[in-house]
Amino acid sequence: MADTVVGANPDPHASGDDPNRRDFIHIAAGVAAVGLVGGLAWPLINQMNPAGDTLALASIEFDLSKVVEGQQVVVKWRGKPLFVRYRTAKEIAAAIKDDHSDLRDPATDESRHKPGKAQFLILIGTCTHLGCVPTFGGGDYGGWFCPCHGSVYDTSGRIRKGPAPLNLAVPDYSFLSDSKVKVG
Amino acid sequence: MSGHSTYEPKSGFERWLDSRLPIIRFANDTIVTFPTPKNLNYWWTFGGILSLMLGMQIVTGIVLAMHYVPSADGAFNSVQRIMRDVNYGWLIRNLHANGASMFFLAVYMHMFRNLYYGSYKAPREVLWILGCVIYLLMIGTAFFGYVLPWGQMSFHGAVVITNLIGAIPVIGPSVTTWLWGGFAVDNATLNRFFSLHYLLPFMIAGVVGLHIWALHVPGNNNPTGVNVKSAEDTVSFHPYYTVKDGFAISVFLIMYAVFVFFMPDALGDAANYVQANPLVTPQHIVPEWYLLPFYAILRAVPNKLMGVILMFGAIATLFVLPWLDTSKVRSLRYRPTARLYYGIFFLTCIVLGFCGAHSPDDPVIPAISGPQLLDANLNSFVWLSRIAALYYFAYFWVITPLLGLTETPLPVPESISSPVLSHPASAPVGAVASPEKRG
Repeated sequence: MADTVVGANPDPHASGDDPNRRDFIHIAAGVAAVGLVGGLAWPLINQMNPAGDTLALASIEFDLSKVVEGQQVVVKWRGKPLFVRYRTAKEIAAAIKDDHSDLRDPATDESRHKPGKAQFLILIGTCTHLGCVPTFGGGDYGGWFCPCHGSVYDTSGRIRKGPAPLNLAVPDYSFLSDSKVKVG
Repeated sequence: MSGHSTYEPKSGFERWLDSRLPIIRFANDTIVTFPTPKNLNYWWTFGGILSLMLGMQIVTGIVLAMHYVPSADGAFNSVQRIMRDVNYGWLIRNLHANGASMFFLAVYMHMFRNLYYGSYKAPREVLWILGCVIYLLMIGTAFFGYVLPWGQMSFHGAVVITNLIGAIPVIGPSVTTWLWGGFAVDNATLNRFFSLHYLLPFMIAGVVGLHIWALHVPGNNNPTGVNVKSAEDTVSFHPYYTVKDGFAISVFLIMYAVFVFFMPDALGDAANYVQANPLVTPQHIVPEWYLLPFYAILRAVPNKLMGVILMFGAIATLFVLPWLDTSKVRSLRYRPTARLYYGIFFLTCIVLGFCGAHSPDDPVIPAISGPQLLDANLNSFVWLSRIAALYYFAYFWVITPLLGLTETPLPVPESISSPVLSHPASAPVGAVASPEKRG
């Protein structure tokens, strides 16, 4: 009796190991499911990245004539403090003198300001260790001192002592005119 | 120990329900007739206390969320409004904020109990790992919750902790930006932390369900560490342990109430009463007391990435502990040498907490200037943290594996009952031999 039934439930692997139509449906359904889950997962992950309006607020303009020599102005940029410092000749000289001393994150003072604008040092004011805001005037190098874990930066914002791995970051900025900069 | 069910439906409705959803049978088997070792001491009451605290945090938290405003502009003021204007808001918030501390206090007691009595060893490894998962979720929940009042310590605590992720090479900075939802900790960060703070407790509740499930397969460990051998070794959970847990919970609640009503700010930081200001960092950033030991480990290492790795490693180590311990004897009651190292380990955790609360460069013993060793003064909290952190890791990775192979434990009793029953003389004078036959 059983051998006379035709096509009722054929053995899927009767003809060797070649994938048949049922295997194909399983594979296709699996691939579609993975694609669907992945396609849904990406929006759910990416929604946490900065939103359009956050990115739109990402650049500011600043008038440097508001800063006098020896002064530091702190502006909020991208939610972080931005140090705009009008350096004295003495500070610049001290920074250049240390260009080739034993630096953790080697950089010349020249590379940390725009050409011909050595007096204006613009830095992101968050410690490269864990993001605290360093205060100016502390530490042994005449620059910044981070109160959280004791990192010390020099007058060029380079890391000299303490746990921070990198120099204070220089943001992307350009001079729109002699006294006006655009940051970001 | 899971044994067969002894539940017998008493009414027609119970019989009807039992054949459709045996939920009364389940409750009966887990919290009424569950056979429990009869020698459990008060260190075994923290499980009940923790369940209560989880419930307390969820209930008070849901109520607080009805009044809290999760935005960078509104958060700080809404918390002040809860404290001043919302009816009983002061009570609910103090219960919630101090409840977190009490929750951690209880979980640490629970964990040290486990370490002492070897409850993490076979066959309870999965139970222990689920407990470690709960602990990790608790840390996450507590961290997110601490950010919500949007005070100075909330904000800069969030800055420091999220910056830890930045230590990961290559992908660190973009992951940090992704976490922040911007270029710094800001409104987007606060909103998502609020969402996660609301979510995680329910995940904890889910894992607690698995934790209790995993407990009810092998049953409770006990102070002797010896397996239950017969029904003689156990008593039913109710009324014996419902009453014992109930008493412990009452005592615990009294201590909790002392904090809530008489010193609600004792465990907090005054800097959190200043609204978050991204441009000024408080002089001294510290986490809440229950995370200080890990913070001390983080700061003990001069390299940022290594500090982060060791801090997470301190918790990750707990997960593999069941396979680091080579001793066949569970309870430290019969391992005098291990008991000594355990005592030092307990003190080490306290010392690490103490180090985490101080500036790394402060002298441990004031008015003495110690010698300079490498990058710091020997008489400073940074060196004390290093020594303590070294012992923390050595305890798990060196002492625990080696001690199990080298020490000679004391004789372990045959069963839970035998030390008591094999000494007829130990029955107190005047005790009735068969109290049930009295009168």
